[in-house]
Order: sequence, then C-alpha cells, then structure tokens
Amino acid sequence: MEVVLCILTGLIVACAIYLMLDRNLVKFLFGLVLMSNAANLILFSAGRLTLNSPAFIEAGETLPPEHVANALPQALILTAIVISFGLLAFSLVLSYRAYQEIGSVDMDELGGNTSLSLDADTDERAVNNTIRAEL
Amino acid sequence: MDDWLILIPVLLPLSTAILAAVLPKSRAVQAGLSVAATALLVFVSLAIFAKAAGGTILTVSLGSWPAPFGIVMVADLLSAVMLCITSIIALATAVYAIADIDRERLHFGFHSFLQFLLCGICGAFLTGDLFNLYVWFEVMLISSFALLSLGGGKRQLYGTIKYIALNLISTLLLLSAIGLLYGMTGHLNLASLAVAVPQVENANLVTATAILFLIAFGIKAAVFPLFFWLPASYHMPPVTVSAIFAGLLTKVGVYALYRVFSLLFTHDVEWTHTILLWVAGLTMVTGVLGAAVQQNIRRILSFHIISQIGYMIMGLALFTKAAILGGVFYTIHHIIVKANLFFIGGIVERRTGNPFVRNMGGLYRVAPWFSLLFLVPALSLAGIPPLSGFWAKFLVIRAGLDEQAWLIVAAALFTGLMTIYSMLKIWNEAFWKRNPERPDASLFDAPPHGSHGAPPLSRAAQFCLLAPCALLAALTIWIGLWPQPFLAVADQIADQLMNNEAYVQAVLHSRQSPLVETMR
Repeated sequence: MEVVLCILTGLIVACAIYLMLDRNLVKFLFGLVLMSNAANLILFSAGRLTLNSPAFIEAGETLPPEHVANALPQALILTAIVISFGLLAFSLVLSYRAYQEIGSVDMDELGGNTSLSLDADTDERAVNNTIRAEL
Repeated sequence: MDDWLILIPVLLPLSTAILAAVLPKSRAVQAGLSVAATALLVFVSLAIFAKAAGGTILTVSLGSWPAPFGIVMVADLLSAVMLCITSIIALATAVYAIADIDRERLHFGFHSFLQFLLCGICGAFLTGDLFNLYVWFEVMLISSFALLSLGGGKRQLYGTIKYIALNLISTLLLLSAIGLLYGMTGHLNLASLAVAVPQVENANLVTATAILFLIAFGIKAAVFPLFFWLPASYHMPPVTVSAIFAGLLTKVGVYALYRVFSLLFTHDVEWTHTILLWVAGLTMVTGVLGAAVQQNIRRILSFHIISQIGYMIMGLALFTKAAILGGVFYTIHHIIVKANLFFIGGIVERRTGNPFVRNMGGLYRVAPWFSLLFLVPALSLAGIPPLSGFWAKFLVIRAGLDEQAWLIVAAALFTGLMTIYSMLKIWNEAFWKRNPERPDASLFDAPPHGSHGAPPLSRAAQFCLLAPCALLAALTIWIGLWPQPFLAVADQIADQLMNNEAYVQAVLHSRQSPLVETMR
C-alpha cells in the first residue's frame, strides 16, 4: 500500500510542478493545490498504513487495546487541510483582484515584464509608469 | 512546573487583534489600542527575559498533557531575547503607523492584521513542537499576505503574488519535511525529536530531511538561491509594513534554522553545516552585489537584508560556541538596525514622493540631526566602530578565523566593504548632494504630487515618525558602547544551543505524570 501511495505522491508532485511552471497564474495556483495534497499524502503515509482497530479506549479500561491505528497523522492532515484551504482561498481572491486590476492572469503582463527586473533603470521606468497610472 | 506567563505574548496580540477588528475604525481608537498592547507586550517580554536569564527554561504543557503527548510552549533564553526584540520593534511600528498608515488601510483593519502577525511571530518563537511551528508560520504568513496586499494598487498586487507563491511552496516543503521526520521517529515534540533523531538507523534519510528543512526555512529566511521573493515585494507596501517585515519576518526563518540545526540535525555537522556555510557566503555576496546596482532606496535596503542574513547563517554554519554567540548577537543587532533604516528610508521617501535616490538630495542642509539619525544605523549596518554592527561583525569574523575558514571570512569582509559603498550611495544622493528639484524643502515638506500625495503632517505626526527612529538608534548606540551585557546574554544562549540536554530535560521532565510512567 505504501508503494502505491509513494508512486501516487510522485505523480501528483510531477503534475503540480508542470502546472506551476505555467505563466498562467490560475494554473500556478492549481499546481499549488495539487502540491498541498501531495504533502498531505506524505503525512498520511508517514503514520504507517496499517489495518488496526480504531484508537478507542474501552469502557473501564485506562489504556487503548494493543495494535490501535495511529490517529495522529489524520489530525495533522486535518489541520493542514484547513490551513491550506484558507491560504488558497486568499490566493484565489488575490489573483481575481489582480485580474480585475490588470485584466489578465498572465504573469508576464501582470508585472509588465519589467518591474521584477533586477536592472535598476528599467525598474525605475516601470515604477514611474505605474505611479503615473495610479494617479 | 508550568509558567503561564509565556502564553501572554501569544494571547495578548491575539485578543488585541480581535478587539481591533470589532472596535470602531477611528485612528485614535485603533492606534491607541495597538500602541498600548505592544507597550504591554514589551513589559511581558522583559519579564519573561528576566526569568529566563536566570538560566531556567520556562515551559507550559497545554491542556496539562505532559510533554511528549501534549503541545508544549518553551521559552529558553534565545526565545526570550527574540521576544524582547520583537516587542520593541512592534512598539516602534505601532507608533510609526499612526502617521504612516492612511485612512483606507486603517479602515480595512491594518492594526488587526499587525497584531495577528505579532501573534504568529511570538508563537513561532515560543513553540516547542514542530507541527505547531508550522501552524504559527501559517498564522504569520496569512497576516503578512493581508498586510502586503491591503489597499494596494497594481504594483503592490504584483509584489504580493510573488511573495505568496514562493512562501506557499516553502510551507508545503516544511509540511512534507515534518511528515517525513515524524515517519522516521514518531515524534513531533522538539525535545523528544532531539532524543529520537540521533537514534534513527538510516542517517542518510535524516540528512535528506534536514536539507528539506533547510530549503523550507531558507525560503523564509531569504538565503542565497531562494531569496527572489524578497526584493520583489518588500519595497511595495507602506513603509510601516516593510519595516516590520524587514526587521522580523526573515529572522523568524533564521531562528527556525538555529533551532532545528542546533537541536535536531547535529548528527552530520560535517555535511549539513558545510552546505550552510556555502549558503551563507553566497547569500552575503549576492545580496550585497544586488544592492550595489539598485537606485530605489527600499530595494537597496531589501538586498542588504539578504546579505546580512548571510552573517547570521555563517554563525550557525561554523557551529562553534563563539560562532553561535556571534550569530545570535548579529541577529539582535540586525533586527534593530534594519527596521530603523526602513523607518528612516520611509521619511526620506515621503519628502521626495518617489523612492529613487537620484531624485532626492539636500537633506543634510535642511535636517542635520535627522541626517545623523540615518548615519547611526547605516554605519552600524556597515560595521563601523563603535556601533553595534562592529561588534556583531567582529564576533562572527573572529569565530571564522578561529575555525580557519578563510573563504567565508574573506566573503564577510568583502560584504562589509560593499555595505559601506551602498550606505554611502544613499548618504551622498539623499543627504549630501543638492536637491535637484526643491533645494529648500524642509524634512516633512512633501511634494504636491507623487505616490504619497499626503496632506502636510502635523507636529504630532512628525513626532510619531521620528520617535521610533530615535529610540532604535539609541538602542544601536547603547549596544555599541556597552556591549558587555548583550555579549553575556548571547554567550549564555550559545551555551544553551550547543548543549541541548538542558532543553530536553526542561521539556520532558518538567512534570512527572503517572501517564509517562505507564507508557514506559
């Protein structure tokens, strides 16, 4: 079972990276969604996939029976899902805002292709242009 | 024994954030609340520091579950010191924000997000649990997203997208690394991990996981090949936001690296810490070279964050007591100086209306005292005695010489030299040369047009902008002229980091519960 999950995780990560290499911001975010699912699968398989009894303590006992399944990874994954849900919701809203402002989700057009340039002069021109546009 | 005091640095910003969200959005209420809460935070942090300085490591087991099972909060001296600095920067930021944050951002809940950010930072410094550290990073991250994008135009949105993209990837790597480490050891508690990690049979797996942690925290700390999000985003938001990000956020990454690579991954120092050393050297040099070509004042300063991170990582990478001491001292010095430089840069930028040094000028003529105020952190950053940066650089470089790591020492010295070049560039352009457009404009005489377009500042607002700068500059001078107490503290921190038995003892054996006995 672990082997299947390993291969699946690898596949998902590969798809995620393929999507994240795209210039399209929305595709990039889909890549992130996939990647976060892959991370969750890693957490899941890290807790050992065994078929055991649920982690309940019988009435009158103080300890769970021998060989209970590990419930902790599920708790971790739940937390991680909730957190990544929040982060992705925010990122989607932000990219929608960017789309409203700029009218495109193409990373190149978003930045005007220059404002992340490390060259000082083009950076200055780009910033001055946007300052003028914002006024 | 439980020290509930160390929960306050988390609970106080959290409750303030909620309160700020529901209270009316008037400037007086919001700013007053924020300043009062951060001032209280300073006192609480100092109280925690006073307790931790006695050599005890404070712990709290939440829900009364003993250490390996429940979640613990731990404050050793490193955490306590980081808390103190955080609260001081937070106070300075809250005061600066009174004058710098516009009505729109105030209305959208700026102070609420600021307090959530502080909550996340304090939580990250205090937690004794790896998964919890991830959660605090997320709290910090999402509030920093909100602060970055708040009320922003096109430029700010673009910077935020770059910031979000890389930080989300780092988060996923961190989560995977935690999962793998949990799979190997069955622990998430840092103290239990410190015991369990050296017992893992396959040391190579541990090393691979260590590198995954290095990449995850490295993105947060903006080290060499992973720093591109920082100069792309830090000059976009309002100065207040830039300053607190510059002072604190990357340093949380550095703190996490210090914690993880001194407590958990010391099994193969030869290999992991050599990688760290290369990363440190390249971070210094690329950062400082990046700054050399910039004309945008906040971008110059952003690139210098990167180069300075290199010195802190160098302290960790050499992994001797003297080097850790130097690295910790460097971190303390750097947070104060860097936040201050952003504050001052913001005032300079406001006068010109745009961030490019070539359009500035003549400040020394109209505001000589303010110019001196700039010189203190600028020269300290470059490492000129007798300011704090001199001692910081001296300690790290001496540790490098002791270890005969000539290459990294050369890189560190070269970086120091280039830092002077960048600081002089700002000094010559903004302060020394004649102002090309308005030679007689006074310090707070903003141009009628420009990105700020703000109305002239009242006297009180001017005070709010200048007071944090003066406070932080005074701290820099204090550390410079009288470094002995700070050195003693850094020495004690280095002791604690190099010998982690005390940490493990304090967390795992703080309370002997019957449950622990049964599980044995």
